[in-house]
This record gives sequence, C-alpha cells and structure tokens, in this order.
Amino acid sequence: MNFSTEKSGDKLRLYLRGEIDHHNAADVRTRIDRILETELPGVFYFNLSGVTFCDSSGLGLVMGRMRKCAMQDTSLIVEAPSEAVMKILNIAGMDKLLRIERSNGNGKAS
Amino acid sequence: MARRADPISNSMKCVFPARSINEGFARMAVAAFVAQLDPPVSVLSDLKTAVSEAVTNCIVHAYRDADSKTDCPIYITAVCTAGGLLRITVRDKGKGIPDVALARTPLYTTDAEGERSGMGFTVMESFTDRLRVRSAVGKGTTVVLEKQVGR
Repeated sequence: MNFSTEKSGDKLRLYLRGEIDHHNAADVRTRIDRILETELPGVFYFNLSGVTFCDSSGLGLVMGRMRKCAMQDTSLIVEAPSEAVMKILNIAGMDKLLRIERSNGNGKAS
Repeated sequence: MARRADPISNSMKCVFPARSINEGFARMAVAAFVAQLDPPVSVLSDLKTAVSEAVTNCIVHAYRDADSKTDCPIYITAVCTAGGLLRITVRDKGKGIPDVALARTPLYTTDAEGERSGMGFTVMESFTDRLRVRSAVGKGTTVVLEKQVGR
C-alpha cells in the first residue's frame, strides 16, 4: 500500500492506494503521522479513492488519524471512499463522527 | 428419496502460518474458491473482508504470545453446497477467548495501543448471514462464517 501527497497553502491532500489490512496499516500509519507532524496542515484531506480493500484495520487507521488530527487542531475530511469502504465506516458510525465527502475532491483544495 | 440438506458440491482446505503477510493470501484464496459460484462483486467484497477479520484475529490475538509464528497454524476450510450456501471455517490453536460474548461487543478490544478498532467480530457479523464462534482457553478458537452466495 502506498500514498502520494499534494499541498496547497495549509491544506494537505493524501491519496491512499491499495489494500488496507492489519499487515499494511501499521507501516502506513507511521508514515502518515510523520507527514502530519511535519506539515501541520490546517485541513487534511484523507483521500481513499484508491483503496481497493478495507477491513476493520482501515477503520482503526481512520479513527487513529481522527484522534491525531484533533490533537494538533487539524480538520480531517475523508474523501471519496468506495461503496465497500463506506460500508465499513458506517458500521462503526463513523459517518456521524467524521466529515466524509463522497465525491473525489480534486481541485477543491484551494 | 427422503428430503436431505443440500449436498456438498465443493470444498477446499488450506493451512498457513499466522504471519500478517498471509492476511492477503487468505482472503484471496477464499475469493478464488468462491468465484465459481459467480457471486456479485459486493458479496465477494463482503466475504473477503469477513475472512480478513477472522484471520487477523488469529494473528493479533490468538497467537499474540507465541514466540515463533511459523509454529502457529491457521486452518481455513470452505464448503459450498449445491444450493449456493457458503460456509467458511477459520480455526487456530491459539490462546482462546475467555469471554466470547464480550469479545463480540462492538468497539471492545484488548489491543488499543495497536490501534485496533474493536470491530472485527461486528464486521464479520454484518458482512455474513451467520457467525458462530467456539473457543476454549488454551486450546484455540473456531469461527464459522455462513453466507448465501449462489444466485
């Protein structure tokens, strides 16, 4: 699993790609947190459009980044989850705790 | 002829060590087996997720205290009936679950620092038609997932 980032002003968008399971989540979590700490963005767009598989480890990843962002006063917006990813987020009631944009937010970073 | 349950039309078994790299292998193996039933994409996706949860539990919890993961087998069997019912069994010989009802509670986890969501059993339950869990402390755990797959 891999990701790329895009910065514009104090907004940071991260495109996550691949399968999120327990095996992949640990490594990617550390790398994302390092970027969040160094960039300290005002808004963090967590773009999940490239995620092809997600189990409850992905849920843990999102919940953890939610906590992380809250601690450093970064607004978190989860973007473009697929139907399957959305289903997992809904089971945990994340749709009520998080700002989730169903569409791909390209060009909205400004 | 007396009416009987649907005959077993096909089955598969696999065994692999409890290493996290095998989480992907396990769900792909089950998906490849299930493909013969020609399930809708969403059903296949649900099954892969449920299997991933069950296998992750074996690795993260059942064999947590094991020294060498290569001595920690995870057994998967999948059986499909002529009626299109799929039954997947995921079994380990790990430490077992003292309180299964508690473990199945949404958001309950014994591994918060590992950033586990505590939603594994809830996801398995939501993504299948039926979930059964049998466990014996010190002996292991068996998780049975059932889902109607055939159209």
